[in-house]
Amino acid sequence: MTLSEYKYNDIIHRCFRCGYCKFPTDWDDVTNCPSYARYRMESFSSGGRLWLIRAWVNGDIQWSEHLTKIIYSCTSCKNCVEKCPHTFSDDLVNMVVAAKTELIKIGKIPKPVKDFLENTQLYGNPYGISAKKRADWMEDLDIPAYNGHDYLYYVGCDGSFDPRAQKAARATARLLMSAGVSFGILGTDEISDGNEVDMLGEDGLLEYLAQKNIQKFSKLGVKNIITLSPHSYNVFKNKYPDFGGQYQVYHYTQILAGLIKNGKLKVPDTSGISITFHDPCFLGRWNKEYDAPRKIIQSFKGMTFNEMARNRKGALCCGGGAGNFYTDFLGGSDESPARIRIREAVDTRADVLAVACPNCLMMLEDAAASEGSEIIVKDISEIFFPE
Amino acid sequence: MYTLKFHEDMCAACETHDCLVKCQHMNIDLDTAKIQMENIIKNRDSFVLHDCVTCYACEEYCPNGNHPFYLIVTRQEEHKLFPLPDPIITRGIQVGIPFRGDPDITEMSGPVLNMGVFSSLTRRVKSRLFEGLPIMSEDPRKMFHYFCQLMYLHYGKTSVINDRLEKTIQTIAAHKATEIIHFHDECYGTYTSYASAFGIDVPFKSIHLFEYLYNRLLELKDEIKPLNYTVAYQRPCSSRLSSDKHAYVSKIFDLIGVTEGKRKYVDENAMCCGSTIFSQKKEGSRKYCDNIQKLNIDDMKNANAQICVFNCPACMETIGKAVGKAGIMPLFMSDLCRLAIGEKIK
Amino acid sequence: MSSILNKLIAVVGEDYASNRQEELFTYSKDLGTAPPQWPEYVVAPKTDKEIQKIVLLANEEKVPIVPLGGGMTLAGLALPLKGGIIIDLKRLDKIIEVNPESRYMVVEAGISNGKVTAHLHNHYPRLMHSEPGAPPAATIGGNLAIHGQGDLAHPYGFNSDMVNGMEVILPTGEMIQLGSCAVGSGWYSMQPLPDLKFFSGWNGTTGIITKVSLKLFPNKKFRDNDLFVVENEELVPEILYELTHLGMTEDLISSSAAIPPLMNKLHHISINIAGDYEEEIEFKRHMVFDVALSKFIRSGTGGIGNLAGEWPRPQVSKSSDWKKGGGFEYVGAIIPVSLYPECYRQGARISEQHDIPYTILGRVIGCSHAMMFSWSYAFNRADEETVKHARQALHETDDLVMNLNGTIWKPAVYGQRLMMDRMNKNTLELMGKIKTLLDPNGIMNPGNWEVNR
Ligand SMILES: Cc1cc2nc3c(=O)[nH]c(=O)nc-3n(C[C@H](O)[C@H](O)[C@H](O)COP(=O)(O)OP(=O)(O)OC[C@H]3O[C@@H](n4cnc5c(N)ncnc54)[C@H](O)[C@@H]3O)c2cc1C
Ligand code: SF4
Ligand code: SF4
Repeated sequence: MTLSEYKYNDIIHRCFRCGYCKFPTDWDDVTNCPSYARYRMESFSSGGRLWLIRAWVNGDIQWSEHLTKIIYSCTSCKNCVEKCPHTFSDDLVNMVVAAKTELIKIGKIPKPVKDFLENTQLYGNPYGISAKKRADWMEDLDIPAYNGHDYLYYVGCDGSFDPRAQKAARATARLLMSAGVSFGILGTDEISDGNEVDMLGEDGLLEYLAQKNIQKFSKLGVKNIITLSPHSYNVFKNKYPDFGGQYQVYHYTQILAGLIKNGKLKVPDTSGISITFHDPCFLGRWNKEYDAPRKIIQSFKGMTFNEMARNRKGALCCGGGAGNFYTDFLGGSDESPARIRIREAVDTRADVLAVACPNCLMMLEDAAASEGSEIIVKDISEIFFPE
Repeated sequence: MYTLKFHEDMCAACETHDCLVKCQHMNIDLDTAKIQMENIIKNRDSFVLHDCVTCYACEEYCPNGNHPFYLIVTRQEEHKLFPLPDPIITRGIQVGIPFRGDPDITEMSGPVLNMGVFSSLTRRVKSRLFEGLPIMSEDPRKMFHYFCQLMYLHYGKTSVINDRLEKTIQTIAAHKATEIIHFHDECYGTYTSYASAFGIDVPFKSIHLFEYLYNRLLELKDEIKPLNYTVAYQRPCSSRLSSDKHAYVSKIFDLIGVTEGKRKYVDENAMCCGSTIFSQKKEGSRKYCDNIQKLNIDDMKNANAQICVFNCPACMETIGKAVGKAGIMPLFMSDLCRLAIGEKIK
Repeated sequence: MSSILNKLIAVVGEDYASNRQEELFTYSKDLGTAPPQWPEYVVAPKTDKEIQKIVLLANEEKVPIVPLGGGMTLAGLALPLKGGIIIDLKRLDKIIEVNPESRYMVVEAGISNGKVTAHLHNHYPRLMHSEPGAPPAATIGGNLAIHGQGDLAHPYGFNSDMVNGMEVILPTGEMIQLGSCAVGSGWYSMQPLPDLKFFSGWNGTTGIITKVSLKLFPNKKFRDNDLFVVENEELVPEILYELTHLGMTEDLISSSAAIPPLMNKLHHISINIAGDYEEEIEFKRHMVFDVALSKFIRSGTGGIGNLAGEWPRPQVSKSSDWKKGGGFEYVGAIIPVSLYPECYRQGARISEQHDIPYTILGRVIGCSHAMMFSWSYAFNRADEETVKHARQALHETDDLVMNLNGTIWKPAVYGQRLMMDRMNKNTLELMGKIKTLLDPNGIMNPGNWEVNR
């Protein structure tokens, strides 16, 4: 079979498989592509994956389940985009996503991916939980429905449904309230932002979700959005304009950093606690925001902050991107990226591994448990509320 | 073939011979200057042809608007007294050969910004200072089609300039823009000074970057926050071809609230960055270059400069790093202006 | 499921052994022009013990095994010419010891050069190893297996000269040690025990290198890259002679290429000058340009192209994309420096015949004792015709090396045969005997250095 419609037929052969893309910024190891780190077979490296995609597109190899696993184990973390020295590097993730799109077109995708997409279509979230429960995360918080407030606080699917991420959603909301920020939420009206379905190659569903969201936002007159998740931040900021949705979008860490600077937020006392920070791919490499979360942490009283060996644009992905927190193609091993990351955090002697993404929070907390590590994984917003 | 229009009679009548007497790199008194200039004019050998470091400055020193520097370079070529070793000349000539396809010619109206061969700096002009200006030569793969060629003055090769310049002018003119602001000072010098000296027709009007910046800053005056820095200005060789625009340097500095530290190497006495001197054939050139660079940077330090303001990307490339090492921040003039209107520079 | 696969899984675990089409396809190709060669299994062990088990298994089953490091040689040297099991060694990547006083470090052989460079940079900034100009994913073991060379080739020679000890698993599964480590005295010297170095240059046909003690060298604070340019290629050997006599520089590399035009028909001699102090650099620079090379400058035959450029480590090569085609391959030859001019001229001619812009490079090894000269040929992976041209040009270049009395470095099979045809018969016979002695079942990367064919 040859797939003449594959969008990157004219450039995919240019990958040399030279492997610069395996490394972090400082060349510290070949394990900065999370999927390669997990499997350590060339087929799971960025270059290997591209060569396989090209072979499949050209009909040199046949479709197989294993091939779909290789393709879907790319987390869209963009490390390869960062490190590949060639002029086509900007399109590396796009080439993989376009292959996912081809797989969807022929209807041959792995079961968990199928479930993810179907659930999102039917329920507006990948978990397949009824939309009625979407506002349950608030518990006792009294947050108004968005009604012309300065900001819409968009919580996203993880913050709405995952018990661990819900805590971060609440902590963030409490901080915004305590600083007197005028904001409202969509509550049960909220649906998926579409970032993951986009990264899973389902561009039709992204369009559908984006249009629905944009309609809703327009009706309510939303202009400024604060997101809990960097994934939502990314898609609102970079993809929605393609569908006519122009908003001023902020990740919550950007807002908090501003509130602290203006003295509107009381910073916690973290004396005696050593903190390290894990950069979320969709905040860092995708949107080049490395400073806001660090500014927050560094404002904490008595704080000790140590970077992990791989940080900022060289950070190792937690392995949860592009739906992998749900599809879990990179799990099940002590070489799972999240577990490698935990070990790296432990190497800094940190007590707390701070994160700024509900996805990372879920991935890394699970990994810490699997590692039997005592390190505490916390969303930055949660550090403001010592237990 | 174009030839230099040089007014010999002017020199014969000249009382100062400032061109050679003021030269910073050769020690020449008035009598010697007279003889040497006559030698050069009469196409005889002269030590000047051997020792000139090609800093362009005599072009400015001449009180009569004659073209002593263009003459020296022309004679260097006629006598095959090239200042640089042959392979460096070949290399330089080959650098300017476009090899990655033809540029897209789009018609542009109104004033246009020409990046010349500094397409890679285009990100630096994404600024309110240049808002609304269409940009010519943005694509580094195509930039040599916009190369003003003037660099070959350092190579003793006016023939290369004269061979190629017409084609560049045609490329620029094909965009149909009538007023062109040149990002690189050397382009401005080419189209306003060199071309007319050699009788080359230029069908567009050139605007000096600093004149443009000054006027634009006036428009944005309300937004300017005085920067309060002490600065040094690194004058490039090509600015000797447009000394009438040099006044804009201090006018801009006044407007954005920076002061020039008191310097020895300033204005007419500015010191060349040395970008080609280090590789010249003459014995000791590398050391000489090293030395003038040291003197220049020490002078900036003595003037308590916090920032060294560059006009020319080649000067920046040549001494920017050393300037930085001396604790002085190297910055393009346009970037300094951006700071003044509150923009951030990476 | 095949029994061999089951046995491999039993050794390394399910994730690290495969006979699926995706892995087999991926490992059937390398980056150069070689046609695909399909393995039957791919396995990625983590420890030397696991490797030993795999080797024993291969002997039992009489299946070929092919060690693979970064897979960067371009010459098809780690492709399974006779099928069998590819052993991807990159998980063997631990840093075992760094001894700064004695200037060595012991690493597992599958470690990437990038990791070694980064580790030293981060923890021992005054030390460096010789990193080849290859992409940093190239491994220490793979580079030694082909007699690679890189940083510091002048003054210190081949990378295989920069080794203080080795651990190797023989084709029959036993582990041996070479150098001072063999008598349990640490990893500080290869000498003075009797030589048993049968592993470099053998392309993994005599054993699998699992541990290496690398010599480390002073890494000075500044490493400036200066360029000296000449038009007449005949001057290059003389200039290099002057510079190696002076002995104040680190790497010396001369290169020329049709594209970009500024390189065309010119020879850019890259001169690395290192120093901890600016005075040190300036003194060396003075000796290089104002003394050793001054006569070329004054006569106008040579000139300084650039001073104090950067010399990043690792080097990043974009050569593969010159044709927007994702591919290039080169022939490397070890030649006397005096052959540089002829190698350049003939290389430019071959390139022209195949419509490939010429790209050549000569790196000085030792004190002008030899030079690694390379001819690179770019191709477009999506255009079979250009691949054929490149392949043909590579063969012609192999022939050229032989005609010029050079020695092909990391030859592909075609070049290996040319060399064996010319080799002293007794030497060849000894190679065959060693091979038979070490690898009685002929399982180690068969097809390479097939003396007994
Ligand atoms: C752009 C580019 C530039 C290059 N520049 C240089 C250069 O400057 N200097 C240089 O030396 N090389 C250079 N190379 C060639 C090559 O990449 C390197 O020599 C590299 O170090 C080879 O190592 P590898 O791990 O990739 O080996 P591989 O390609 O994986 O293996 C090489 C050979 O060794 C065998 N082998 C691998 N590992 C072992 C082991 N542990 N024990 C026994 N046998 C083993 C393999 O079977 C194969 O025959 C360059 C390559 C490229 C693509
Ligand atoms: S993606 Fe880029 S860096 Fe990675 S193997 Fe391909 S060409 Fe090399
Ligand atoms: S985006 Fe991340 S996971 Fe995907 S290939 Fe690139 S480095 Fe690997």
